Amino acid sequence: MESPKEQSSYTVDSNSKLIVVLVFVMDDSLTGYLEPERMNTHIVARILIKALMALPTPDFSLCLFLIPERVQMEEQFKALVVLSHYLETGRFQQFWDEAAKNRHFLESVPGFELAIQAYASHLLSLSYQKVPRSVLAEAVNMDGASLDKFIEQQVANSGWIAEKEDGNIVLPQNEFNHPELKKNAGENVPLEHIARIFPILG
Amino acid sequence: MTTTYDFEDTPSNYDDVQRQGGQDAVYDPNFVPDSVKSFVVHMYRHIREKNVYEIHQMCETSFQTLSERLFKDTPWPSVEAIAPYVDNDHVFCLLYREMWFRHLYARLSPTLKQRIDSYDNYCSLFQVVLHGVVNMQLPNQWLWDMVDEFVYQFQSFCQYRAKMKNKTEQEIALLKQNDKAWNVYGVLNFLQALVEKSTIIQILEQEKEGLEQFTATDGYDYSGGSNVLKVLGYFSMVGLLRVHCLLGDYHTGLKWLQPIDITQQGVYISVIGCHIATIYHYGFANLMLRRYVDAVSEFNKILLYIYKTKQYHQKSPQYEQLLKKNEQMYALLAVCLSLCPQTKLVDESVNSQLREKYGEKMMRMQRCDDEAFGIYDELFSYACPKFITPSAPSFEEPLVNYNQDAYRLQLKMFLYEVKQQQLLSGVRTFLKVYSSISLAKLANYMEVDEPTLRTILLTYKHKTHSVGSDGKVISNADIDFYINNDMIYVVESKPAKRYGDFFLRQIAKLEGVMNDMDRIKLE
Repeated sequence: MESPKEQSSYTVDSNSKLIVVLVFVMDDSLTGYLEPERMNTHIVARILIKALMALPTPDFSLCLFLIPERVQMEEQFKALVVLSHYLETGRFQQFWDEAAKNRHFLESVPGFELAIQAYASHLLSLSYQKVPRSVLAEAVNMDGASLDKFIEQQVANSGWIAEKEDGNIVLPQNEFNHPELKKNAGENVPLEHIARIFPILG
Repeated sequence: MTTTYDFEDTPSNYDDVQRQGGQDAVYDPNFVPDSVKSFVVHMYRHIREKNVYEIHQMCETSFQTLSERLFKDTPWPSVEAIAPYVDNDHVFCLLYREMWFRHLYARLSPTLKQRIDSYDNYCSLFQVVLHGVVNMQLPNQWLWDMVDEFVYQFQSFCQYRAKMKNKTEQEIALLKQNDKAWNVYGVLNFLQALVEKSTIIQILEQEKEGLEQFTATDGYDYSGGSNVLKVLGYFSMVGLLRVHCLLGDYHTGLKWLQPIDITQQGVYISVIGCHIATIYHYGFANLMLRRYVDAVSEFNKILLYIYKTKQYHQKSPQYEQLLKKNEQMYALLAVCLSLCPQTKLVDESVNSQLREKYGEKMMRMQRCDDEAFGIYDELFSYACPKFITPSAPSFEEPLVNYNQDAYRLQLKMFLYEVKQQQLLSGVRTFLKVYSSISLAKLANYMEVDEPTLRTILLTYKHKTHSVGSDGKVISNADIDFYINNDMIYVVESKPAKRYGDFFLRQIAKLEGVMNDMDRIKLE
């Protein structure tokens, strides 16, 4: 196994790699007689931001299980925990407000805003057949012309429909917002059972 | 190899089974009673003759009987003393020492030196197995016990090491010198090496296509070879699941278990201790990953299995542990069902046991008030694994005890999740009563404003829909909804109506009636 210091770059395309890096990095930070290296804090912060972007998967919680309490108390991590809390409880308005205050280190990971907007869209698709424009606007932190553009893209690529009269959005049908689409499990009758009535039919 | 044993007191309120040292009995490590001489001679012969059944009997019964009669609170004779009776066979001595230390941990309290020596013994034993020079056939029970004990001693060492406060100068010096012993990387490396060298993952894959035989023979090799490496590799996957759960790394733990299909029969069922350990950790990991339905299904199955079969294990040395895990899993089941109510997943006999043990507590947990948190805390603390901090301690003054840190973190994160789900039980109560309700009205009943209600409903959706390991979204909700602008429509998951079966039954019935009528002769 590589020692933590050799881990200068990492690709976070699989959850397990993310966690493995975290475990090694954490081990270094835990040993009291080593100098706390600023580099490690930055790496962990980046990992956590990427984990936020992975919502709705519980990557962020998975990371928190591995980060010692006293490290979680540091400013950067406290802010990220708060952000995660808002996202986990659907409080998008509070999330975007808080994110604006922490723009300096959130921007260090490209694609952050897009990922959160994708999560917001996902959550809305699970919950709404038709969602008011204002609710959508708050969830994705956009308005006016940029919101129009966003909706246009979703209409083109994700099956959204924008209603002309009131600007509400009809979200694509799935089994979570359209219960009738839920596949009925177990309606298949095995052949052996039918075979029992062959004498009757014959 | 220690020739004296030291009395060590390890008081703790966190360890479940108290392992106190015995009296200062007069122990002569070089004295070998006749019964022990006979034991090792027979064991040695059975191993050479690959008589698995006899080896199993000796491990399970004879060893326990002799321990109970002669070595209640002293160790067995030293390996040097018995070696002459077994041709000084190197591998047999490693196996004997493995049992020797296991007995020590069970009956007495190991000293630091003994802990380190035990680790060295495991290293030597595993090295021999990994080099592929072992030509034995050993019972699955023993092979599982080795892996299980290896992980247990690692967990025990981490907890011992984390209590720095009352360590003597000698102990601290010894710890500093032996930083490799029970090092987390070392432990993980061995388990992973066993998995890799045995190629067990490929074997299981090929078995699905009929190209290999493993499960069918319970892992035993009937073509003259050895089962040791393969089966140790197999059990090491469960060992890795356990170690990663102890570290709080649930995702990686489950990944290691993936090659074993727990919906099917497998070698993991051949040893009851392994079966229980697998499902317990699988269920716990899924609980922490919010995959409540998966956890409930598996807990239900194993609790039913234990209910039906525990009488057969009463004489087994693992019986106590079996009962303990049974109780812990009921507690975890209670927690899962309080967070994610389900009506159809739990068998009636399991359900009635559950209601008996935790019926009242579950009601209080579902209320989600302050009292509820206390109960969640209590049940989690009772049932959770003995989490560990894997890193080496700080030797700087002042020395502190940090053995509770890992547990406190997991508990805190768990209660944090419970808190986020606090408002959901309120929503459920209303959803059960209405088939549709406007947002305004529901907000009024719940005494929140509409925007807050929208966030609560989104939270409900988020928490009840988990993402599976394949990336698919699965609903855990027994009661669900969708929103159309300002109206909420409630959806209750109904059991699938099986029309096919109904018609088949009626067809057969009608045929029966027509036959009866044909037989009636009218006068």
